[in-house]
Amino acid sequence: MTRDPEILILGAGPAGLGAALALATCGVEALIVDSGSAAGGQVYRPLPGAFEPGDASGLGPDYREGERQRRLLADSGAGTAFGRLVWSIGTDLRVDALGPEGPESWRPKGIVAAAGATERVVPFPGWTLPGVMGLAAATILLKSQCVLPGERVLVAGCGPLLFAVANAIRKGGGQVVAVADLAGPGAWLHALPALLGQPRDLLRGASWMARLRAQGVPLLFRHGVREARAAGAGLEVSLGAVDAAGRPIPSASEKTLEADSLVVGHGLIPATEAVRLLGAEVVFDADAGGWVPRLDRDQRSSRAGLYAAGDGAGVRGAAAAFLAGRIAGMTAALDLGRIDAGHHARATAPLRRRLARARRFGRAMARLMAQRPGQVDGIAGDTVVCRCEDVTRAEVEAALERGAADVNQLKSWTRCGMGPCQGRMCGDTVGQIVAARTGSREAAGAWTARAPLRPLGVDALAGDFDYADIPLPAAAPL
Amino acid sequence: MAQIPVGEPYDAAVVGAGVMGATTALFLARGGMRCALIDAGGVCREASGVNAGTLTLHMTRAALIPYAMRGWEMWKAAPDWLGGDPGVTVTDGLSLAFTAQEAALLEARVEARRAQGAPIEIIATSRARAIEPGLTDRFRLAAHCPMDGYVTANLTGMAYRRALVEAGVRLYENAPVTGIEAGDGGFRLAMAGAAPRARRLVLASGVWLEEMLAWFGLRIRIKALVNQLIVTERLRPVMRSVLGVASGLLSLKQFANGTVLIGGGWQGKGDRARRTTEIVPDNLIGNLRLARYVVPALAETRIVRSWLGFEAETDDALPIAGPLGGIPEAYVIGCVHSGYMSGPYFGRLLAQNILGQAPELPLFDADRLLVAPSCT
Repeated sequence: MTRDPEILILGAGPAGLGAALALATCGVEALIVDSGSAAGGQVYRPLPGAFEPGDASGLGPDYREGERQRRLLADSGAGTAFGRLVWSIGTDLRVDALGPEGPESWRPKGIVAAAGATERVVPFPGWTLPGVMGLAAATILLKSQCVLPGERVLVAGCGPLLFAVANAIRKGGGQVVAVADLAGPGAWLHALPALLGQPRDLLRGASWMARLRAQGVPLLFRHGVREARAAGAGLEVSLGAVDAAGRPIPSASEKTLEADSLVVGHGLIPATEAVRLLGAEVVFDADAGGWVPRLDRDQRSSRAGLYAAGDGAGVRGAAAAFLAGRIAGMTAALDLGRIDAGHHARATAPLRRRLARARRFGRAMARLMAQRPGQVDGIAGDTVVCRCEDVTRAEVEAALERGAADVNQLKSWTRCGMGPCQGRMCGDTVGQIVAARTGSREAAGAWTARAPLRPLGVDALAGDFDYADIPLPAAAPL
Repeated sequence: MAQIPVGEPYDAAVVGAGVMGATTALFLARGGMRCALIDAGGVCREASGVNAGTLTLHMTRAALIPYAMRGWEMWKAAPDWLGGDPGVTVTDGLSLAFTAQEAALLEARVEARRAQGAPIEIIATSRARAIEPGLTDRFRLAAHCPMDGYVTANLTGMAYRRALVEAGVRLYENAPVTGIEAGDGGFRLAMAGAAPRARRLVLASGVWLEEMLAWFGLRIRIKALVNQLIVTERLRPVMRSVLGVASGLLSLKQFANGTVLIGGGWQGKGDRARRTTEIVPDNLIGNLRLARYVVPALAETRIVRSWLGFEAETDDALPIAGPLGGIPEAYVIGCVHSGYMSGPYFGRLLAQNILGQAPELPLFDADRLLVAPSCT
């Protein structure tokens, strides 16, 4: 890509796609950049390039919807840059990526951040063992590789993915040892009114649950994983009852089950690194999954030229993401002067009505997946919280005892969050542990975002070069 | 240390809790003074906590070699005077030249540093490769210093903070000073929620010195360098020394945990008033290329993070450290090139001066840099 797009869209999930389609209708040159091989994101995930499904009907409604969206994108005329890892975004809006041809960069006039979400796993003893993986990770295996996470799988955590994954494992021929949900049936009932607004999704969810019951899969409500231990080639997993805040009830008896894998996830966290890198204002919203950019009703962030939409701006699900993405695209076109305010208002009014309904559903789902502070409070001292750097909760508490006052100071003193994942896995847990002392997540702060947004191979980034190709600055003074 | 009665002035207020300010405060407190240390952030969270931590005479300004060597001794003895060990490691240091021009530069710089007492010598390339088997074979000339090493800079604040608290220094953290008034009895500091008074004042605020000196009508230009740093993920041991180049544009080391830190003063962008910094991607790639050229095995790893820190530099790139002319009982300390290495020594030197002892080595008068208002 030699030409700079007018608007660069970070992420080709439903939000990014919505933005690209909206921009295309306004005649704005947009470029959608994603690390994947095609559009779809996590929910409408494409198959790997080499995969040729003989019969796509077995791949489910998400795959079919993804195919439809990919066709829409191809027909829209929006530019695409797949297989690109965006690693730096400057305040001059320069976007740097590493692609198959090496480093690339663009200087758009505006950016739509549609980076999606990352998975939350609240640590427990044994969560770093082989055979333990996230619910979202299992979803990727199932959707994109058609691979089971194990033959006998224990599925635990919270939120709708629990039942989606358990059902997909059954469908793929695997055995589900049990489903352990932190929520009680009451929490699902409580969400019901909001779910009624999206009857198709509600039916799908209800049928997952009913099918698992009919197949005799034990559904353990208000239960969490106490510990996972290696046992032979598989795992031995202890489960126990939890209270409404997710805190283990010490007096409750434990149930031990054997499985060859444990699939566990505790919801989704908005991916805000790009937004924070640009210095846009973020606010903490537990019900939306964590830190989210502060947006106006047209999806503008506090920083001119930066828009955000989708789960990366607050977890509300794929349907809401697509609609918010379209609004963001229309707003970017308005700000570029390509459409007028009347056009913008007319185009976005029907989107807003549908978005309100989709958000009600998404909020109810997100609430089921929100972090349970009691669960974090219940993490034992010798449990590793930062798995990249092997930092235990007790080490975190010791640093707080010595005066570390926010997450970044804590990081300096303990290396918690300094590893390859740069705190994406532990940040939400650690933020809550610090907040328990500082009084709020705001006071605990958020990690400082820095390039590279993902680890980058030195060789790929440095490329082929001779000594003369190194742009050496002037020598330091003697 | 006895409790200070409310409203009673401190013997000294130190503004800026980097290595220089914190060391000054520590030795003032140990010398019997009631001392306050004030910072807009936390202890050693700017340059002193985010620099590369390299302790090398290869990059020290020649005039500062005697100070740096004493600073080095202090770092090595940190457990004795600081109490904690911020990961001090002693190892060989090499500086390399790849072109004829760089070789000439290296020879001249080695000569100048040797003249100031640095134990640096030009060595055979075969010996350099024996010292550092991870090195490329494409260099022309190498210089060796047996007394180099590094500190884990991110642990500096933790070690200093504990020492300061134990010495009875009153810490004001996350407390930006918005103005300082000089009066008969000393100084009054304007801060949100407090207005401490002190008989003596030490300004140790790094790149923010320019603004603070201006409060007293003293105009001294202080440039803010924005140094970029890069760190890799953990990888097998690929190097054991501290590596640099003749121009000073590389600092490279591998920590015991396997991560490799890449620096050398390649510039990012920053705004000291807003306290924001960001990388310049082309400079990150350039720095990375140089590192990869020097230690080819770096090709097999990934970088996981970059970050930046502000370094203060005067017009002549030499420090300001000592009494502030015309303002009784006011002192300044800062702008020491490669200041992390010499910092503890400069802090102790200034504390000695304030406590009325004869300093071991001369201080650096700030008056030489005063800019006449008409010239600006």
